[in-house]
Amino acid sequence: MTSALVADSLTKRYGRRTALKDCTLDIPAGHVVGLVGPNGAGKSTLLQLACGLLDPTAGRIEVLGTRPVSGSPRVGFVAQDTPVYAGLTVADHLRMGAHLNPSWDAALAEQRIAQVGLDPNQKAGKLSGGQRAQLALTVAAAKRPNLLLLDEPVAALDPLARRTFLQGLMELTAEQGMSIVMSSHLVADLERVCDYLIVLVASQVRVAGDVDDLLATHHRLVGQRRDTVDLGAGRALVEQSHTDVQSTLVVRSTAPIVDPSWQVDQLDLEDIVLAYMSGAAGNGPDRVLEGQR
Amino acid sequence: MIEFHLDSRSGVAPYMQLIRQVRHALRLGVLNEGDKLPTVKEVVARVAINPNTVSKAYRELEYEGLVTARPGLGTFVTRTLGSDSLSKHEPLRQALTRWLTEAREAGLDDESIEALFLSSFRAFSEARA
Repeated sequence: MTSALVADSLTKRYGRRTALKDCTLDIPAGHVVGLVGPNGAGKSTLLQLACGLLDPTAGRIEVLGTRPVSGSPRVGFVAQDTPVYAGLTVADHLRMGAHLNPSWDAALAEQRIAQVGLDPNQKAGKLSGGQRAQLALTVAAAKRPNLLLLDEPVAALDPLARRTFLQGLMELTAEQGMSIVMSSHLVADLERVCDYLIVLVASQVRVAGDVDDLLATHHRLVGQRRDTVDLGAGRALVEQSHTDVQSTLVVRSTAPIVDPSWQVDQLDLEDIVLAYMSGAAGNGPDRVLEGQR
Repeated sequence: MIEFHLDSRSGVAPYMQLIRQVRHALRLGVLNEGDKLPTVKEVVARVAINPNTVSKAYRELEYEGLVTARPGLGTFVTRTLGSDSLSKHEPLRQALTRWLTEAREAGLDDESIEALFLSSFRAFSEARA
């Protein structure tokens, strides 16, 4: 199967500022991928490179086996804050979608509009945030893309609208079998819907992988304070913190950790994401990156 | 037809939560042989979870021999878990209540009781494994 997205030493600079640095990824198709990281980490830049709105400064990016081209019928994109045309009605949006996209699925679009309860004659500018997000998702999905990119689609929505949006998104995924890459900083939402996760911090990929693998290979070790920690081969320190008597480590290891001097606990996805985000501040990036190999 | 729900704070993997809910329903007799499980699409549209998670749970249940997938028709229950011990639950529950009373009389508070139970349970399971 072709990969949904491949990046090789992908770098994007805006003038002097580096938005994305040496990003190397290979995301298999058929996943719902969560892209997390603090604001300004490069999430939007990566998504815009993937849909061809931006060109890389250096390195290579491939989407569904080809170089991304803006407007490709195989890739759908919902930009941040789910923009719609305020002066056009819901029905106008669908007509425009049909006109611009040869692969347009009119039945799907109409059925979804009815299902989420949108009035076709309503002006898009009068819709609530949740309704606008549903309209933008419908327009992107009715192209029947193989890959759908969403930039912070639920950030501005209230909890109910967020849940409804994610229900609709997962229903489309189940129905059409498309790959999805969505950025968000709401890890709790991503934990439900994503089966693949990328953590992006300070323009670099800290970790990327299957969610089940990430959950199975990350451990929290709590024990008596020690200044030098020898974890052994195949284990990588993600984050550490020490008090005068106690040391707490987050460790990535494929083999289970059996060391009676540590209390070993599982972490949930949010803990793992936070460990990579805060671990990045203390350790050098090289040290963290070792964890991926 | 059963409805799934998800507890995101439980620390249990979502696919495992689905499996447990099916086993639970089988044990309590909510699901019986021949009953249909909701389709993947129905589950994700309701619970807002990844379709692969549901497929994984259903595959696991199939592997355990509890359900079978009939292409184009859906996933059906092939056997129940109810027969194992429902009748034995009551005396065991009474014994446990007696033990809890003893623990309370010995001066243990809720947390100590829970910790003691969990550590004994874990040690017991590990010894058997």
